[in-house]
Amino acid sequence: MAGETRMLFRHIDEPGLASIDTYRRLGGYSAIDKAFKQMSPEDVLKELEGSGLRGRGGAAFSMGTKASFLPRGDMDKYLCCNADESEPGAFKDRELMQKNPHQLIEGIIIAARAAGANRCFIFIRGEYDLQGDILDDAVEEAYGAGFLGEDVLGTGEQIELVVHRGAGAYICGEETALLDSLEGKRGNPRLKPPFPAVQGLYDGPTLINNVETLSNVPHIVASGVDWFKGLGTEKSPGTKVTSVSGDVKRPGNYEVELGLPTRVLIEELAGGPLDGHEIKGFFPGGSSSPVLTAEEGLDVPYSWEAMADAGSMLGSGSIIVFDETTNVVELALRTARFYHHESCGKCTPCREGTNWTVKMLERMIRGQATPIDLETVSSVQTNIIGNCLCVLGDSMALPVGAMVKKFRDEFLDAIEHGVPGASLGAPSGGPAISPRGGGEPPQPARVGVA
Amino acid sequence: MTPLIPKGKREWTVDPGHIHDAPEPSPMPDEQGQVGVEIPPEEIEVLQAATEERVPHGEPAPVPEPASVEVPKELADQIRRSMSRYPRKRSAAIPALWAVQRRYGWCTPEGINQAAAVMGVTPGYLESVASFYDLFRLEPEGEHQVLVCTNISCWLRGADRLLESFSDAAGIEGQGSSEDGKLFVRSFECLGGCDIAPMASIDERYYGPLTEEDARTAAEQLRSGQEVLPGKRLEDRKAAGGPNAKEVEG
Repeated sequence: MAGETRMLFRHIDEPGLASIDTYRRLGGYSAIDKAFKQMSPEDVLKELEGSGLRGRGGAAFSMGTKASFLPRGDMDKYLCCNADESEPGAFKDRELMQKNPHQLIEGIIIAARAAGANRCFIFIRGEYDLQGDILDDAVEEAYGAGFLGEDVLGTGEQIELVVHRGAGAYICGEETALLDSLEGKRGNPRLKPPFPAVQGLYDGPTLINNVETLSNVPHIVASGVDWFKGLGTEKSPGTKVTSVSGDVKRPGNYEVELGLPTRVLIEELAGGPLDGHEIKGFFPGGSSSPVLTAEEGLDVPYSWEAMADAGSMLGSGSIIVFDETTNVVELALRTARFYHHESCGKCTPCREGTNWTVKMLERMIRGQATPIDLETVSSVQTNIIGNCLCVLGDSMALPVGAMVKKFRDEFLDAIEHGVPGASLGAPSGGPAISPRGGGEPPQPARVGVA
Repeated sequence: MTPLIPKGKREWTVDPGHIHDAPEPSPMPDEQGQVGVEIPPEEIEVLQAATEERVPHGEPAPVPEPASVEVPKELADQIRRSMSRYPRKRSAAIPALWAVQRRYGWCTPEGINQAAAVMGVTPGYLESVASFYDLFRLEPEGEHQVLVCTNISCWLRGADRLLESFSDAAGIEGQGSSEDGKLFVRSFECLGGCDIAPMASIDERYYGPLTEEDARTAAEQLRSGQEVLPGKRLEDRKAAGGPNAKEVEG
């Protein structure tokens, strides 16, 4: 569709693309040849640094710079592909892995060469069972073709790759929690520093990159830095696979050049709001990004720098649109409940802050809150931000804080009258589990409060 | 734990009969003029049971002696294969638990013990890992798993009603297993299927967008062993957009 620019999504629906034969027929695995036979590891690293490729998992840190932090030397070095995509609204990695697994594998092999990593893992969320199966088959094919193993392409280099499935925990997408989980532990984040590049998996130097980031690597190596920088904006080069969902006519993944007006993504590609409705606002970068109202956000260019200037973030590139029928207090509850459920419980501000935010929002919806609750909700959010080992708590505090600020009247209205007809929904996971794994006791003693 | 007063030496200083004879104190009205809610006795029992469950009973189990635990060969091989793929064996904890769950339907204490024997770790260690992750089942559940996403995008598109339809079709209140043991329904946080909202993961495959009618159909198909919702599978969907997209050489 006009507006789309397909690089990673080129040939996406080609039958059999997930098999190595089709992928090679369409030009795949040619970049790996170039990277191993015509380039030294330093050349590859320089190419990645020069491309300005920014991490597609949310933090948008320069991929090449991150790879350059790994020390040189003969020790075991690790590369982990973060395929734990679990942020509400994000489903781009799912489609990339399901339909074009070899593009990712080729990217991993090349990135491993640049970083000097010899052991690689794809950490895929357990819910993506179909995609895990597809990756298992693809990795086996890549071993069979000599792209992986003890002697990659006959160069004597060793690169091993293992597909590791998680078992359902959003926190494992946080890079240090991912490492703990991969080491066979409960997925709790670690204190940083030391950063994973220095001391990561099994205490060795580790490079962690998102699926989409690594899928970009073969294209950069094959076509060169200048070509890549011709796409997107100066500070956000390249394309972005953007997941658009919520109250739109055609939800789905759309690959666009970074810097495209957000309006084109939402109104043209995704078809705009449902008939007879209008857009009230949207999350521009997954559920952890501060919401923007339609007036604020639709004309902002879809790039990291422009979204930051607009007071939000591009994050992993997932837009969730909500229309005028959505009550923002309910929306805040859905958002907060997710982070409450997924908090690992290690840091108090996050564990308690998410819990109390959920309780206060539930009170508002039931019409049992008092005006002071609104101030308390706001102050809980500011007290979480920056006070935990990882940003899971911040990821609730930012959007909920923005909702209270931008839709204050709706919250005041809820405090006055409740939200009639609202469904509080079932706490996720049946018998509620919170903090994670502890097993929540039933709601105790509601003494004194009707 | 030593009781403060040794057993047998405890003496009643007040005849308990007197307590029952005393008049009931009148309830204390609180600030809003409401009377404190009484906690029903069955709720107190639940609270006590929850506390009881958390009190450790006896010594934790040690690493099982491999010779003392009978492990099905297939399971043992699977776990050993997983262990060989990682530089350190503990990394195989999650794959081992998956293997146990796939074999027994849930992470049975026996299964965990078997995995612990093969891996050379304590069963408690594996249990602590299993209890962290949402997809591991620590008690038996219905044969077919229906996980309904109720997170933001799906909720916007009617996930609460979909969850209700699945529960109704399974004949259960809220969430849990159906009486015939065929179905298990629960709500789940974002499954990453927002483009097919509202959606569900049924026996580890994604289906959507689903209607209330689809929920009833799927429940019947699962019960009778037919193929589930053939037209609604995620794997058959093409990428959104497409025609007229600019393609760039990579």
